[in-house]
Amino acid sequence: MQPSVSIKDLKLDFGNVPVLRNLNLDIGKGEFLVLLGSSGCGKSTLLNCIAGLLEPTDGSIYINGQNVTWAEPSQRGIGMVFQSYALYPQMTVEGNLSFGLANARVPKDEIKRRISHAAEILQIEPLLKRKPSALSGGQRQRVAIGRALVRDVDVFLFDEPLSNLDAKLRADLRVEIKRLHQSLQNTMIYVTHDQVEAMTLADRIAIMKGGVVMQLSSPDEIYNRPVNKYVADFIGSPSMNFIKGSLRHDGEARVKLGQLDFSLNDYSFTRSDFEGEVWFGIRPEHVLFADAASNAPVSFEVKAELVEPMGGLTLIWSSLEGTPFRLLVDGQAKVRVGDTIIAGFDPARASIFDMQEELRI
Amino acid sequence: MSEAVVVERHGVFAEARGGRPRPVLSRRNIMIYGTLAVLAIYYLLPIYVMVVTSLKGMPEVRLGNIFAPPLEITFEPWVKAWSSVCTGLNCEGLSRGFLNSIKITVPSVIFSIAVASVNGYALAMWRFKGANIFFTILIIGAFIPYQVMIYPMVILLREIGLYGDLAGLVLVHTIFGMPILTLLFRNYFSSVPEELFKAARVDGAGFWRIYFKIMVPMALPIFVVAVILQSTAIWNDFLFGVIFTRPESYPMTVQLNNIVNSVTGVKEYNVNMAATLLSGVVPLAIYFFSGKLFVRGIAAGAVKG
Repeated sequence: MQPSVSIKDLKLDFGNVPVLRNLNLDIGKGEFLVLLGSSGCGKSTLLNCIAGLLEPTDGSIYINGQNVTWAEPSQRGIGMVFQSYALYPQMTVEGNLSFGLANARVPKDEIKRRISHAAEILQIEPLLKRKPSALSGGQRQRVAIGRALVRDVDVFLFDEPLSNLDAKLRADLRVEIKRLHQSLQNTMIYVTHDQVEAMTLADRIAIMKGGVVMQLSSPDEIYNRPVNKYVADFIGSPSMNFIKGSLRHDGEARVKLGQLDFSLNDYSFTRSDFEGEVWFGIRPEHVLFADAASNAPVSFEVKAELVEPMGGLTLIWSSLEGTPFRLLVDGQAKVRVGDTIIAGFDPARASIFDMQEELRI
Repeated sequence: MSEAVVVERHGVFAEARGGRPRPVLSRRNIMIYGTLAVLAIYYLLPIYVMVVTSLKGMPEVRLGNIFAPPLEITFEPWVKAWSSVCTGLNCEGLSRGFLNSIKITVPSVIFSIAVASVNGYALAMWRFKGANIFFTILIIGAFIPYQVMIYPMVILLREIGLYGDLAGLVLVHTIFGMPILTLLFRNYFSSVPEELFKAARVDGAGFWRIYFKIMVPMALPIFVVAVILQSTAIWNDFLFGVIFTRPESYPMTVQLNNIVNSVTGVKEYNVNMAATLLSGVVPLAIYFFSGKLFVRGIAAGAVKG
């Protein structure tokens, strides 16, 4: 199948600073791709290149099989939603929605039809005559989505659309965007630094760092089998525990973390022949506690140094072999600072990385 | 009456509740309002003298009590200044200069703002190659004293056949207004969120459509500021008016100078003052009616929004 958006050897420098380096990416029709990364990783730059708002230094961009590298933003068949909503302040909601269509000389009755259709989907019909300044943040973002919607485009681009909203609205609109994608089945490319948004919305996530895509996989794969230590650390909150250890093969693969020495029989290896110093990573939510820990393949005692109750769950800070070690336990567990607790884990759920390149083993 | 319970320590009062009482006649208030009053009087006194003198007849002026209010109010000097005072050979008063000034100011203001706003918009939004160099040149232009450019300007206007013509003066005002106005507009448009511009481009709007449909409606406050700055500056201009026009099309300022500085006959202070006030009426009225908008526009240019 022909990809909806295809990026070939894309390169972009700001002066002498490379922002995107030789990026290749294929996004399928109807796919929801999230570009995830911390600020300055080039994710927004990439989106602006796809939109045609930034000129790449080298490489080309294809949308629906057509080379649009030199095309104007409006000729690319894209709609874009911005973080700051970017509604035209002097126009009514209706004016905002119709501006792009009027520029494209769409007939009046067609404009009307599309606006009422979009307004119905986004439930903004009562707002059509208002100015953006009379709308709440959530309503503004809905109008901004509507502006992309009326243009009847194949590809939606979202540039951190929910970052300016408060936590509750963000969760609501996130669900709405997901619902919108389910009903429209358009290709959507969504930039965010919020991993919850990425995990919940994406068909695939592209984790970027320093202008390079580090991993491009499904949320499930990224969470369970991160390709390197950066991705493992970036995804998941609270983030993964990393303990220094060593990996050896004598009959079976075994890991030694200080006093602990255990078998890796159930671990699915990417590189089964590796031996030597490793980072042993285990997510706080995969650390078992109390009774469950006693029955786990690996168990040990640690001291609770700090307790962060979060309601449903409680995060306990302790240390294992000299490094901080966090465990996420049920909120009802009664743990006080200073208590000695039994913790454990199943090595099959761990992620192990070599020390040199920090790549998955 | 029981003794007031006052704990004399770091402003802690046992009975404190609500806003802290502030005496009207505190030392602080006297200082602030006293200073303001003195400064206000300092600035208003000359205007008071002008108004008062312009309402006196010549015999009363000769008495020399410039601060005394007129014993007998007369509008004769105002009428004379407007319609019959002589400048050089013609005796039509300031009315002709007034018309000339209007003919100079209106087109100059419109053209200079039209050009400068587009300039500022292009510099702030379109970031074309060399935009910064253009901007630097323009800003340097704002710092070069006008006197330096007068002679080449005269030659230039002569060569294109506009010397002595009102159109020539309009052109001069448009050019000389450009640096500062472009700076004003560029700074304002720089504060417009870039995403708005991007959104408009995604919506398929081009250079002029973005300018007229999005930027101009947003920039109304700064347009008001520009109109006020330009119209007062051009109305009050003397140098260009005297250099680039002929006597029959002298602006009001030049005419005023000729009236006040004429050495023949009796010095009619009352008429001079009336003439001066008359030529100041337009800028004064502009400030008066647009003061609020002006302040809002200045503030809008200063902060992001």
